[in-house]
Formats: sequence, structure tokens, C-alpha cells
Amino acid sequence: MFARLRYLIELSHAHRIARRYFITNGFDGVLTILGLLMGFRASGLASLDVMIGACVGSAVALLMSGLTSAYISESAEKAYELHELEKSMATSLEDSAHADAARLMPWLVALVNGLSPLLLALLILVPLLLAQQQISVGLPPVDSALAIAFFLAFLLGAFLGRLSRRFWLWTAVRALAIALVTSLIILFINRFIGLS
Amino acid sequence: MAIVTRVVLDILKPHQPNVLEFASQLADLGVNYNVNLVVQEVDDKTHSVILKISGERLDFDAITRHIESMGGSVHSIDEVDVRGEESKEAVAE
Repeated sequence: MFARLRYLIELSHAHRIARRYFITNGFDGVLTILGLLMGFRASGLASLDVMIGACVGSAVALLMSGLTSAYISESAEKAYELHELEKSMATSLEDSAHADAARLMPWLVALVNGLSPLLLALLILVPLLLAQQQISVGLPPVDSALAIAFFLAFLLGAFLGRLSRRFWLWTAVRALAIALVTSLIILFINRFIGLS
Repeated sequence: MAIVTRVVLDILKPHQPNVLEFASQLADLGVNYNVNLVVQEVDDKTHSVILKISGERLDFDAITRHIESMGGSVHSIDEVDVRGEESKEAVAE
């Protein structure tokens, strides 16, 4: 079964698509939770429960959005590709591995696209969840969570660098810079509207 | 029933699986299957190939089914080698 799955993945290049979705939607997840945490930190008013509730809610929304958007777009794209291939072959490919791949691969890609922001968001929330259970990590929980978010942005950038065969530190620093600029913009807006 | 020992097929196949994967999967269909695959023409999405496959006892139906499962279609059977099945007495001797 795994050999068949691997064959279908290679046939449809789904691994490349899933890898791209993992990075783009994973980065979405990191920046969304980073934004929420920066907002909570700037306002200084929210309790731990409120912060966790809002962040988990956003993570689940990202999961659902990732699942459905990737499935809808990928299944349409794969159906189109199969149709084009059938036109070139002048025959139906309904019983071929290509048809199986066109049916199955959108699910796999959707799963990656949905799970990547959820898992990364949950990783960022670990210090908040520990603090809720009265377990101290040494640093204030929000600051620890922000540090994890910056670190994950750095890691995603490094991963992107490895994939593109570019210098990994450059792409990692660039991703980190995007996260820092996002935080500064949020801080600036919060100060501007008088929340902090 | 006659035993097929070699066939030459004219096939149109998608680019994926590539010719190496395509030939390897066909070679794995039976014991000692020898497969030779020559690309005749490359189009935007397809390859035209000549497939030569030989073996002690080819399962032709399994070969064509597997070609179709990989997205290929057999355009023509260009050559065949078959031999008559040996009688039980001859096998016993």
C-alpha cells in the first residue's frame, strides 16, 4: 500500500506541491499566531485563557481553510491535467494510475496544507499551555511563545533555502526579518490606536 | 495453447512514469522477462515507444493491463514469437 502511494506521489509530483504548501501555509500559521501574540502583548490586558482560546481558534480556522482551499484548487487542477492528458492520449485514463493520482493526491496535499499551520501554531502555544498547567519555563509565557514563533519562521526560511539550493542562512534570515517587520508593524499600529 | 515468448508493441504513453520506470514495472511482471524500450517520438505530453518484451512464458493480458494501468495504450502488435505447448508425454520424457 505504501509502495503504491509512493508511486502515485512520484507520478503526480505531489511531494513538490505538498512541500510548497507546507512552507507557504506553515508560514501563514506562524505569522498569524505571532500577530495575535504581539497584539495581546501590546495590549497587556488578555488573560492566559483568552490568549490560548483565540490562538487555538485561529489555528483551527487555518486548518479548515488550508484543508478546503487546497482540496478545491488541487482537485480542479488535477482533473484539468488528467483531461488534457486524455486529450493527448486520445483515450480514457479512468482505469490508470493517473486517474487514481488525480483522485487521491488533492487529499494528501490538502492534509499537508491544513496540518502545517495547525501544528506550527500548537508548537508556538506550548509555553502558554504549560503556563496554564502552572509549569514554568523560566521566561514569561508570551515572550517564550514569541521566541518560538521567530525560531520557526527562521527554520521555515532555512528549509526553503535548502529546497531552492540557495544559501540557507540568507533565506532563514530573510524569513526572520519578515516576522520581525510584521511584529513592528503590529506594535506600531497598536501604539497608533492607543492600545499600548 | 500456444506460449507467447516475445512481442513487439507500438505504444503511446504519458511522460510519467518515465521510460525506465515503465520498463522496470513490465519486467517485474514475470520471471526472467526481458524488456527493451525505444523512444520513437517525444510530444508535449506523450512518448511513442516501441516495446520489445521476451520471456519463457509471457502473460500477454497482464502486460497490456499493466501498460493501461500506467496510462499507456497499445497502438499495434508489430511482432510476436509463439511456440506450441509441449505435450505431457514430451515433458515426462
